[in-house]
Amino acid sequence: MMGEEFVALSLVPILIGTFTAIACALPGNFLLLRKQALIGDAISHVVLPGIVVAFLVTGTLSTWPMMIGAAFAAIIAVILIEAIRRLGRIETGAAMGVVFTSMFAGGVLLLERSDTSTVHLDVEHALMGNLESLIWLDAMGWSSLLDPVALAGLPPELPRIFVTLLGVLAFLWLFWRPLKISTFDDGFAQGVGIRTGTMGMALVVVSAIAAVAAFDAVGSIIVIAMFICPPAAARLMTNRLEIQIAWSVAFAALSAVLGYVFAGYGPLWFGGQDAVSAAGMIATVSGVILALAALFGPCRSRTGAPSGV
Amino acid sequence: MLFEALALQLGYNATLVAIGSALLGISAGVTGTFLFLRKRALVSDAISHATLPGVGLAFIVMVLLGGDGRNLAGLMAGSALSAWIGLICVQSLTRRTRLSEDAAIGAILSVFFGFGVVLLTIIQSMSSGRQAGLDGLLLGSTAGMLMQDAMIIAGGGAITLALVLLLRRAMTLVAFDPQYARSIGIDPDRVDMLTMLLVLSVTVVGLKIVGLILIVALLIIPPVTARFWTERSEKVATYAGVVGGVSGYVGAAISASTPDMPTGPIIVLTCFALFLVSLFLAPERGVLAAYLRHRRFQEKVHIRQGLLSLAQQQPVYEPLTIRLLAREGLARLDGVPTEAGRARAAKALLDEHRWQIVHGMADFEAISSLYDGLRDIESVLTADQLAEIDALIGGPAEVTP
Repeated sequence: MMGEEFVALSLVPILIGTFTAIACALPGNFLLLRKQALIGDAISHVVLPGIVVAFLVTGTLSTWPMMIGAAFAAIIAVILIEAIRRLGRIETGAAMGVVFTSMFAGGVLLLERSDTSTVHLDVEHALMGNLESLIWLDAMGWSSLLDPVALAGLPPELPRIFVTLLGVLAFLWLFWRPLKISTFDDGFAQGVGIRTGTMGMALVVVSAIAAVAAFDAVGSIIVIAMFICPPAAARLMTNRLEIQIAWSVAFAALSAVLGYVFAGYGPLWFGGQDAVSAAGMIATVSGVILALAALFGPCRSRTGAPSGV
Repeated sequence: MLFEALALQLGYNATLVAIGSALLGISAGVTGTFLFLRKRALVSDAISHATLPGVGLAFIVMVLLGGDGRNLAGLMAGSALSAWIGLICVQSLTRRTRLSEDAAIGAILSVFFGFGVVLLTIIQSMSSGRQAGLDGLLLGSTAGMLMQDAMIIAGGGAITLALVLLLRRAMTLVAFDPQYARSIGIDPDRVDMLTMLLVLSVTVVGLKIVGLILIVALLIIPPVTARFWTERSEKVATYAGVVGGVSGYVGAAISASTPDMPTGPIIVLTCFALFLVSLFLAPERGVLAAYLRHRRFQEKVHIRQGLLSLAQQQPVYEPLTIRLLAREGLARLDGVPTEAGRARAAKALLDEHRWQIVHGMADFEAISSLYDGLRDIESVLTADQLAEIDALIGGPAEVTP
């Protein structure tokens, strides 16, 4: 398991899964604290119409048009939700429900109506991803990690999600103080001159970019699960933002690695032959972690958190 | 084609689907209303995604028992069970931990859906090719709907609707004032749970037609649409039922009369079209009505201010004010008042003086608070009161050199 075969078949998916999980969990912390956790859910639904429209316009499944289309769809969805909330005086949850279900339905319809049978684009792929297929065929063993020829054959999803992760980290590092202040005390943040509206929108856009990059490789289930489950579990472990983020990164990475291993090797332990969906398994593991945190986390209850944590 | 479909002339399957969709739309709209009024619309998202593992497990169990894995009743029972477990998880995460309800909803829907996908891949490997019917439950598939399926959907929809009618008083009360409900002996938690059970049954009934991802739309959009047209909760429920039913019926007809039109998305988009129409055109709450109201208010303010300026012989520079005064025949376009304009201006100034007096009199305190600069003073004071005030103002004072 640890030799050539591991490097060629499992290393890249595990890395992609881990990077994806962390890139989604980081902004997820702030969305959770701002009670906007379901924005992740909405974004991952509207990514589908964005990708389909980009495909219909350009006619190819190349990366950049699809990323741009999806990011546009996410931004349009956020604007629509806000517009419907204000124009119709409707609570946020319902406005969100109206927008993302309708846009998703539009995406499904476009997909069914257009001739996409020749390319690999279908609803199931969008939901479940294909983490298992992202293998590194050129790898001959651990030494390939230093071999430029073999490295050139890496699946393009890996550098893409890595760059996205770096972008998310850069955003958090640059805007740490305004982001933190506006998350906990919006009024005070405005008082000291932080543009809270812009900050909130920037956070949503960064989340959308992370979601789109992740979506491409792993499908939308992981995206929603990683936006919410690791930060939620981390929230039950501590009262400090920095420590919460550290926990969420640890939980996200753990879910990705364990999920992939269980999906790939779990069925073999139970006597099955075929692997199960890695994306689904990663989401499941993150749910188990959240359940454990909800049962035993030191700061799980609303009041009376233990002192000294 | 479309008219034939609307008149149910397009064959057996299309007729079954149209009637089933309409019934589903009605019960989803009515049930969703109470979820919407309780401000918990997105709980339905968690419930619907949480049905997937149940569907998978039910399929596996039915195949292991030697039956047909695609039996709709069996799949519905399994999905109801797992949605119920998901609902309990959402409730306990919200109650027992510090997580807010939206985080709990997101966590449960993604985890349950993820686990469901794992089960689907297991099914794929255990009996290849036979899982075709299960994929249809994600986005709905009405092709090859059986009479038996239609009967289940119709029966489920009718029972749900009857239960909603029975529980409507309690659910309305809890949605608007849970404390009061508790004080008269209605347990809000229990009523909430019953509401969720009804939502759950609509979701399960809708699996076959619109699928588990899009059923959320039928639970949320009709009540939101209906809310634009009325301020009364019973009417919201009724209108939501109508909106849902029409969307289901028309959507199914469009899908049957045109090739390559999947039923579920078309129903949702029909519903969304009705929502858009309501958002813009509804009286009172619609965007157009709000704009016109704003416009009328703006005109009144401009005319009033213009008249006061004319009365004090000040020039009016604001172009909109001049245009409005000219349209009413009160001034010429160069800002010179007409006869009628002079009379109205004098009246406006007099009213303003009357209001000044009213503000200073303790007896008129309540009336004084009504002053907004636009209200005609005759509409709040009687002729006698006005005469009394005019006496206080008096006529033009004699000018002494």
